[in-house]
Amino acid sequence: MSDKVTSVKKKDMTKVVGRPDSMNDTQFSYCPGCHHGIINRLIGEAIDELGIQEETIGTAPVGCSVFLYKWFDIDVVQPPHGRVSAVATGIKRAKPKKTVFAYQGDGDFASIGTNNSVHAANRGENITVFFINNTLYGMTGGEMAPTTLIGQKTTTTPGGRKAKDFGYPIKMSEMLARLDGPTYITRQAVYDVPRIKSAKRAIVKGFKNQIEEKGYSLIEILSACPINWGLDPVEAVERIKSEVETVYPLGDIIDRG
Amino acid sequence: MVDKQLMRGNEAIAESAIRAGCRNYFAYPITPQAELLQWMAVHMPEAEGGTFLQAESEIGAINMVYGAASAGERTMTSSSSPGVSLKQEGISYLAGADLPAVVVNIMRGGPGLGNIQPAQGDYFQATKGGGHGDYRIITLAPSTVPEASRLTYDAFDLADAYRTPVMILADGMIGQMMEPVELPERKPPEEIPPKPWATTGAKGREGNVIKSFALGGENLKAMNVARFERYEKIEEKEVRYEEVNTDNPDIILAAFGTVARIVKSTIRLAEEEGLEIGLFRPVTVWPFPAARLNELSAEVDTVLTVEMNAGQMVEDVKLAVRPETETPFYGEVGGVVPTPGNILEEVKKYV
Repeated sequence: MSDKVTSVKKKDMTKVVGRPDSMNDTQFSYCPGCHHGIINRLIGEAIDELGIQEETIGTAPVGCSVFLYKWFDIDVVQPPHGRVSAVATGIKRAKPKKTVFAYQGDGDFASIGTNNSVHAANRGENITVFFINNTLYGMTGGEMAPTTLIGQKTTTTPGGRKAKDFGYPIKMSEMLARLDGPTYITRQAVYDVPRIKSAKRAIVKGFKNQIEEKGYSLIEILSACPINWGLDPVEAVERIKSEVETVYPLGDIIDRG
Repeated sequence: MVDKQLMRGNEAIAESAIRAGCRNYFAYPITPQAELLQWMAVHMPEAEGGTFLQAESEIGAINMVYGAASAGERTMTSSSSPGVSLKQEGISYLAGADLPAVVVNIMRGGPGLGNIQPAQGDYFQATKGGGHGDYRIITLAPSTVPEASRLTYDAFDLADAYRTPVMILADGMIGQMMEPVELPERKPPEEIPPKPWATTGAKGREGNVIKSFALGGENLKAMNVARFERYEKIEEKEVRYEEVNTDNPDIILAAFGTVARIVKSTIRLAEEEGLEIGLFRPVTVWPFPAARLNELSAEVDTVLTVEMNAGQMVEDVKLAVRPETETPFYGEVGGVVPTPGNILEEVKKYV
């Protein structure tokens, strides 16, 4: 390709893709093949599209979620491990006109923070929760989470998770859908274009519900953790399709908006 | 007209918080502080922009406080001993994130479930940093209902001025007892300092971040050092104490809260017997009024510490007094409240 052609093209080019305005140029520090980066970006795009960058307060606690404050040019609060729904409740009750979201992993949302997660959902707290489910504890070294599949090897279930000893993968989204409080609960994935588009729609909808004061939205997103799964990024995507989705099927679980 | 009402301590604390501009209150029921929660349920929604929310747990309540404090609002939670243990993680995070908030502990007997009688067993927990990490919180110990009201009102100003949690450390006696209280005026909103650091949406500015976290030793060290510089200022400027009859007494008694109030009756009993007892009552149990107690200890042979626990503040007394001062201790535990006569008997062992 000659320089001349390039320069002519540049002149007529329309920017079709770029970093969301609500995000900055700090490089993600996520591991190769991890889906957090995709999900973070989708949240950034949604914030841009809804024009809520200056009205949004994010909360992200510990583990791989903790760095969220570095990528976004928005206000961010770092709550204690698991207490995210309670902290988000405190912010929302203090500033009801602002948009408040929670960004939590499965250990955070479904194990140590279950009490807070359940009751925020039951109150129909007008917040948007992103629940990133990668079926284990990533940052601490791949230990069993309540979402770990039966038979899945982790550093604390070296022989694979056995139901007899450790119970079953917890289905938080299905559990919370039985409550009267929540407005919208969905499970999404981001491993291919159609699913990324679907997840994006769900994220936008979760924010819109809050802006329109419709109440609690929970967007669970299945995420790959190739490093701790002992797989390469492509194999990790295959695992989501062939194993994780059989326990955690994709799609809307309730939509009362 | 003076706004004087007969109120329980719990109610006076609640109403004074509202008048201090607290508009976000989150708590969980526990005896003997339940009237505080109940007062808030009725009166907080009447205040403009007031939020009352009964939390799902003590942990939920303190974290809602963390959220509201992050958003720059005056906020409070209250509980009693076992509940305050549950809040300790959140208090550590509030301290670590430099967030102002008020926590009320209406102490009861412990450890464990203990009982619902008044006690002072949480002195260590309050003054030595009850959660993990290096931190302190300003701790105010009222000994009457009017003082509980005044200290609660001041607690919000102290919290904002130093960006720190402040604890009201009272006990079931003060929480339940009724006394006439002259309530403070409602603080005008313009007198509450602005909080440019709060997370309220990054409108026309860079994003604010509230976190108790820093990667790397030097970064966290810098956060901690800055905090301890503020603690030094608090120790310089905010020490409060009360002295009674400390002009040439035969002995000085050191006591806080309910016990100090009982010691005042002991002073009168002793006078009838020609015995002069002085009382030194820390109002701020952190920062502890060590310098003044050191001066006073030069005038007596003995500083007797009296508490409703097995001996906690006595350690601060020992650190504060001169090396030659005798520092015996008398304590009642398990929710037993000493009488003025009990304390006088104890005094007679030393004078």
